[in-house]
Amino acid sequence: MIEIKDVEKSFGSNTVLKGISAKFEAGVTNLIIGGSGSGKTTLLKCMVGLQTPEKGSVQYDGREFTDMDFEQRIEVRKEIGMLFQGSALFDSMTVEENIMFPLNMFTEQSFKEKLERANFCLQRVNLEGKNKLFPAELSGGMKKRVGIARAIAMNPKYLFCDEPNSGLDPKTSIVIDELIKEITEEYQTTTIVVTHDMNSVMGIGDYILFLHEGKKFWEGSNKEIAHTDIAELNDFVFASRFMKAAKKNF
Amino acid sequence: MNFTNFGKYLLLLKAVFRKPEKFKIYMKAIFQQMDFVGVGSLGLIAIISTFIGAVMTLQIAFQLVSDFIPKTIIGSVNRDSSILELSPTITAIVLAGKIGSAISSEIGTMRVSEQIDALEIMGINSPGYLILPKLIAGITMVPVLVICSMFLSIGGGFLGGTLSGAVSPAEYIQGITTDFNPYTIVVALVKAFVFGFIITTVPAYEGFYVKGGALEVAQASTRAVVVSCISILACDYIVTQLLL
Repeated sequence: MIEIKDVEKSFGSNTVLKGISAKFEAGVTNLIIGGSGSGKTTLLKCMVGLQTPEKGSVQYDGREFTDMDFEQRIEVRKEIGMLFQGSALFDSMTVEENIMFPLNMFTEQSFKEKLERANFCLQRVNLEGKNKLFPAELSGGMKKRVGIARAIAMNPKYLFCDEPNSGLDPKTSIVIDELIKEITEEYQTTTIVVTHDMNSVMGIGDYILFLHEGKKFWEGSNKEIAHTDIAELNDFVFASRFMKAAKKNF
Repeated sequence: MNFTNFGKYLLLLKAVFRKPEKFKIYMKAIFQQMDFVGVGSLGLIAIISTFIGAVMTLQIAFQLVSDFIPKTIIGSVNRDSSILELSPTITAIVLAGKIGSAISSEIGTMRVSEQIDALEIMGINSPGYLILPKLIAGITMVPVLVICSMFLSIGGGFLGGTLSGAVSPAEYIQGITTDFNPYTIVVALVKAFVFGFIITTVPAYEGFYVKGGALEVAQASTRAVVVSCISILACDYIVTQLLL
């Protein structure tokens, strides 16, 4: 479980996060949603330590992350897997080398064991046989799946996904969403997904945190989201004509 | 503003020298970088050094037209100029352009495509993993290249001088072997070590803190080469002042 309390973050005079608190449970898919500039990616970066909040705390299963020194943070980060918006695959390495990279750095496994693990991860994301391809030879959806394979290579306790559906067609988006949900339930990871994709919200949103102008506006599940009377949330979720029409059926 | 940058540069260097996660991986990266910095630049340095040595000989011969000055002096002036100044400085400036821009754009591209963030999230000390192998390759291979450059510059002087008839082979060889002071080699190697450090760390710093996209990466590469060249010339003066 990851718990954040009163997290605040500013860039100069612009306060991006205004005292956000939430609890993200293990084994369920936690979504952070909100419009552009609402602070969801900044919140994610504060949680993983890529940015430092001015105020508040981030706890990983009770361990206070914001107060940790470099070495302690390294130990927590070994338990984190992250899928980046642009996949962030190492472009000078093959798919197989990308997945084996964390294993090379932090385990004493033999090459055979690491290769077996890489093949298992690739099989898990339905990319068997793509070991020797370079990231430049992959489609957007395949890159995301390799990103997931690399993120799960070390059996992470915490999985972060930054806009996993951006730039993907609806069908591939659903594949990625289902993959994230399956991995979360199978390995009981604490999964946090930053998204503004409504298919994801309705499809895999076990817990949803809605941010608006840097503040927490609402939290709940995908079953509850259609029945709120918060104008900002309704404006965001049911912005399109299609979603407005669909709301009547929820 | 410049003090802020210098402070950030020092903090980055501090992070570079943290204990590596796995020596085996770092050693592999160090050898790859040594191949890139050393072997990959040898041809260019050889061509430049040979021509500079040849041109230097012709210019010294042109300027020292006097019956009172023996022609052997052409060889000794060329030798000392090559060892003390031309080989270390020209090699460093050429490498700042070739290696510096490559380092800056490589690390800058990794920054804007979130690859450095990915390293951090995995628990890897990204400054150490990305910069330390380049730094070690720089401080070991730049002196090697400078030594090669010294030999080739003096050899180029021999070719240029004898082929043009400005100096006879015997006079040139007598010149380069007379009154040789081995301390000049020490000064040159100290310079090469310092330049190797600058050529790798300044571009790495510029690339590491890039924000934006392709345009900013290109601007960082340009800035890396400019700052490296100015730093090389400033350190050249300081080292010369201190050691000679």
